Amino acid sequence: MPEDPHSKSSKYTADRGMPGAFEGETVTRRRFMSAVTHGAGGIAAASFGLPALGFAIGPVFKRTQWPWQIIGRPEDFVETVYSTKIVTMVQGIGDAGKTVAYVRKRDPAIDTEPHDQYNNYIALWNRCMHLGCPVRYVQAAERFICPCHGGIYNFRGQVAGGPPVRPLDRFYTYSPPPGERGHGYVYLGPPYAVNSELQRLSLRDPAQPLDGIGQYFYPPQFDTAKVPSLQHLPLPPTVPGT
Amino acid sequence: MAIIGSRGRTTAPLPPAQSDELTRPEAAAEAGLTVVNWIDERAQLSQGLRWMMFRKVPKGINWAYTLGSATMFAFLNQAVTGVFLAMYYRPSVTGGAYQSTRNIIDNVFLGQFVLSMHLYGAYLMIVLIFLHMARVFFFGAYKYPRELSWIIGVVLLILTLAMGFTGYLLPFDQRSYWATIVGVNINGTAPFLGPYISDFLRGGPEFGATTLSRFYAIHMMLIPGLMAALIGFHLYLVMKLGISAPPWLKAQEPEVAIEKVEV
Repeated sequence: MPEDPHSKSSKYTADRGMPGAFEGETVTRRRFMSAVTHGAGGIAAASFGLPALGFAIGPVFKRTQWPWQIIGRPEDFVETVYSTKIVTMVQGIGDAGKTVAYVRKRDPAIDTEPHDQYNNYIALWNRCMHLGCPVRYVQAAERFICPCHGGIYNFRGQVAGGPPVRPLDRFYTYSPPPGERGHGYVYLGPPYAVNSELQRLSLRDPAQPLDGIGQYFYPPQFDTAKVPSLQHLPLPPTVPGT
Repeated sequence: MAIIGSRGRTTAPLPPAQSDELTRPEAAAEAGLTVVNWIDERAQLSQGLRWMMFRKVPKGINWAYTLGSATMFAFLNQAVTGVFLAMYYRPSVTGGAYQSTRNIIDNVFLGQFVLSMHLYGAYLMIVLIFLHMARVFFFGAYKYPRELSWIIGVVLLILTLAMGFTGYLLPFDQRSYWATIVGVNINGTAPFLGPYISDFLRGGPEFGATTLSRFYAIHMMLIPGLMAALIGFHLYLVMKLGISAPPWLKAQEPEVAIEKVEV
């Protein structure tokens, strides 16, 4: 083992015979200079690196806005058949921002989950809970069927077979009572996730289970949309001449 | 004429017809050599090049040892064709991406050819990487002192797969769109971190306006830069540590086992 040349020397530069050493100085000027240079370089790199990093990961913390949107009139929907409604999920990107909601009227005989003002109409999102492919409603079978990996859901959107980990996501729906703004229309709100008991839970990505041990593996996302206020429901544009 | 010997000409007496006057091709070669010499006198690259190219390699190496170079040329093919595809491609969600891809295929001169080079080159690169990896594995070439080469190689494999994933979205047809939805959701199944990974990839909770440009930036700037740097380090390690002998070669005295091969 070579001996450390500094082990026996004094910590004061003056004692070590540094030219121009001050009384009580312990850090050599060479070491001080290199520390300042590294520090300045680090600050310069952080000054562009940290904003760029925040810029890239910022969307993780973004909160989505899901305004209420009109999907029809109450008489458009029945209990036994789903009607297909194309709704805008992301504004301004054309077809890529659209998705499909399957909507029917609530049937108290089969819809045993708690009833409130947001589920007079049952609106299921066509996003498969296996990996997000679009499911299709087949009336003859009264099943939702996914083309990608064979996920099957029953009439209420619960898993009937295949790989999906939870029932189909749902949307809040709202039909204002007589005298309120927007009466005579059915509104579609933000989506939410449900577990196998059809309990309402915050929205999350497909393939993240909400039952069994799997529900503890996936923390809720920061971006879950809140139910927007019912005060300013959008009204349909007035058609001239009516 | 000190230069004659280095250019391989004989010093036998020249026929009388050829004087000291150089013919035109000779003059051109002379000029080229002068330029090379001028640069090398200042940059002194030839020493490093000689260190890189003229290495001692073990006896018994075979065609399987060229898979790494083949992978590197597949990467260079991807880089060159990708740069030229970027001249015609527009990463716009509202139709620009798909329309510009169709334009490359239908209208641009050699567009379909270059696009296919990029597409099939990507498949080929994945195949070559796995063949290269299998060669290294079965020949035991990952062992000391080449573990770091193996680790960097695995990182390069992951980056190449990420290139495949991000590049798949860019034509923006139905297949790329839904494949990306599925791929992002597969990323989302990672325990604990999954929800944040998928939000990061999409640039938000849903596939939005910036998802495509995000994938495009990752595909053509972020990962290629990383890969080029890591390939450089991978190659440096190959040159520094040398090539491992095939496993069937019996241990011999170094003078017998090593022959100098000029590549």
